[in-house]
Amino acid sequence: MSYRRTRAVFIKELRHIVRDKRSLGLALAMPVMMLMLYGFALSLDVDHVPALVYDQDGTAASRDLIRDFRGSRYFDITGEVSSYRDIQKGIDKNTALMGVVIPRDFGKDLEAGRATNVQLLVDGSDSNTAAIAMGYAENVVQAYSAQVRAEIMNLRGIKQQPPAVEAEMRVWYNSSLESKNFVVPGLIAIILMILTGQLTTLTIAREWEMGTMEQILSTPLRPVEMVLGKMLAYFVVGLVDAILSFVSGVTVFGVPFRGSLLVLSVSTLVFLCGALFWGIFISAGTRTQVVAYQMGMLTTFLPGFLLSGFVFAIDTMPRWIQLISIVVPSRYFITILKAVFLKGAGWAILWPQLAYLLLFTTYVFWRTVKRMNQKVA
Amino acid sequence: MWERIGVILRKEFIQLFRDPRMRGLLFIPPLLQLIIFGYAVTLDVDNAKIAWMDGDGTPESRALLARFEGSGRFQVVAMPSSEQEVQSILDHGDAHAVVRVLPNFARHLARNETAEVQVLLDGTNSNTASLVSAYAAGVIADYSQDVSPKQTKNDQTIKLEVRSPGSPPVVMVSGAQPDTRVWFNPDLRSRNYFVPGVAVNILFMITLMLTAQAIIREKEIGTMEQLMVTPMRPIELMLGKTIPFALIGIVDLIVVTAGALLIFRVPFRGNFLVLLFSATIFLLTSLGAGLFLSTVSHTQQQANMMSFFFSNPAFLLSGFNFPIRNMPVSVQYLTLLNPLRYFMEIVRGVFLKGVGISILWPQVLALLVYGVLVLWFSALRFHKSLD
Repeated sequence: MSYRRTRAVFIKELRHIVRDKRSLGLALAMPVMMLMLYGFALSLDVDHVPALVYDQDGTAASRDLIRDFRGSRYFDITGEVSSYRDIQKGIDKNTALMGVVIPRDFGKDLEAGRATNVQLLVDGSDSNTAAIAMGYAENVVQAYSAQVRAEIMNLRGIKQQPPAVEAEMRVWYNSSLESKNFVVPGLIAIILMILTGQLTTLTIAREWEMGTMEQILSTPLRPVEMVLGKMLAYFVVGLVDAILSFVSGVTVFGVPFRGSLLVLSVSTLVFLCGALFWGIFISAGTRTQVVAYQMGMLTTFLPGFLLSGFVFAIDTMPRWIQLISIVVPSRYFITILKAVFLKGAGWAILWPQLAYLLLFTTYVFWRTVKRMNQKVA
Repeated sequence: MWERIGVILRKEFIQLFRDPRMRGLLFIPPLLQLIIFGYAVTLDVDNAKIAWMDGDGTPESRALLARFEGSGRFQVVAMPSSEQEVQSILDHGDAHAVVRVLPNFARHLARNETAEVQVLLDGTNSNTASLVSAYAAGVIADYSQDVSPKQTKNDQTIKLEVRSPGSPPVVMVSGAQPDTRVWFNPDLRSRNYFVPGVAVNILFMITLMLTAQAIIREKEIGTMEQLMVTPMRPIELMLGKTIPFALIGIVDLIVVTAGALLIFRVPFRGNFLVLLFSATIFLLTSLGAGLFLSTVSHTQQQANMMSFFFSNPAFLLSGFNFPIRNMPVSVQYLTLLNPLRYFMEIVRGVFLKGVGISILWPQVLALLVYGVLVLWFSALRFHKSLD
């Protein structure tokens, strides 16, 4: 292997990248765009659930309960209706997600000390929002119920009974439970995966399609040198992207960074190399760009987005999907990213993930060189 | 004119189906996407892993443990006995939460004082954490109600009942658990919500990409010049280049819908014709966007990058998994410009709610306006780019 020839490929490829201003611009704008999306626009946090109220009772008690709903930051009471049909219509049209129905004798029952019901009609289409919204609604009603009970007991002169068991919830690592904090660190992996899927998978397929491959083959260049040279050129772009996302994630979006910069850098470098080798591996196997692109997106972006624990927790997936996710490198990288950012974990905890990434990178590198050897021969 | 369109249609189909790999790519990725998305994309937490730290070790604390295990929502994976172990379990991500029964739990209960249970949640995944927290609070509240002194039993409490329309009138339930039934998606399976959304994404991506790539490929390889010296007119070339992908898109939609029904048992409550009709209108937009893409990019790589750069945000801002309601208000207005949003609402409405045109007409109208504008604009540009 010659350093000089590798450098020549590196420079040639870098020139290709720099010359295509639009692709380069898009590659560099990608992290900014993704961060804006996930940092500002997208969130799984449930608040301001639009709800309709159907108050059949119309007493002071029912109005108090409605006021409690209005006061909660989780609900927006968008209207008061006077029939079940109106609730149905609101939910059908997506203008409301929930209907709160207060029954006719609500106030009277409360005063008489009888149990009474509040009915919640929930649109379950979006099951996640529905489950969380239901929890909040139960809290509002229970708090109200406790308050009424306390008042009545005071009137009767009975001493307050404290609750028997109290749950004390403490959240670690992400105490504000903002989805931003758990999504943004993982973005670095996603962005690097997209870059690989979009740019690297095409490098060799394009040479075949354009016919420049034959020219390269007639030079003394060896496959290892070509793979390394091409990889290094995209490595530069990937590194810029990774640094961009890290810096803006921490400064602009205020994601906490509790771990060591060294752990983060080492694992990013290893992962980036692995991802790029994979792109070249795919590219070496196909001769048309359409096929290479589709294969690339199918094996980089899709598993990176879905099977890596980026947004969707792996341990809630069916077993066989979990088994597939074991080989997905982004899974390990995202585990590392989240642990370094949020938990401040170090080598002691993360070495198995890092070891897998190293293994993946070397294995794919070896396979890529082998595949190139076969193609060229 | 029709003859010439027929010729180019034939050429496109031959080109599409000649390469065995390409043939596979037309239908396998959509199915694969459907399966992976369908199985992987779930926000439900069915079996939350918890670690149990019993600082009391009495029959009462074991009874609470039995409640957790019996709820069907929790799986106890570890029994740490020290603070260090708790720390290490959470650091490694071995459990979603650690439940800690504090010492003197039973004694407090016996004395009618408030006993405390601590729940330490791993907040890394905020969504899982809020669900686990709600479930744990439910189990503890349930237990609390059962062990609390009898005198409070007859005082009034308000119970919650969630029910679906058409079910028997409200009945008093004497247990603490409300009868939780929900409209449209009674088991609260997130799969029912996501799978129809995948269909939208597949239809969009496949038609957009294939159209753009088919045209750019001709430019890149240089066969476009040959096409232009034939008597073929731009409009004919355009139709010939888009109709095959429209057909493939429709076939993919049918395949994906069948897959959703057969593999995932997603309910289909509406009318298939409504779905087909609105999909056809939606295709105006995606094919138009594909044409447009082909006029502004010179290489396939540029087309790929551009399409990803715009279609990925469009997909994420369509309400697929991140509810539009949660977005900042300004972004919510922005999504009104997103054709995927309207199609997503239509597809989910048809699948889950069984609503028809009488409710969905605003969305269909929006797609129609969008489609005509995009297609008209791209056709103009396409004309120019050929001159």
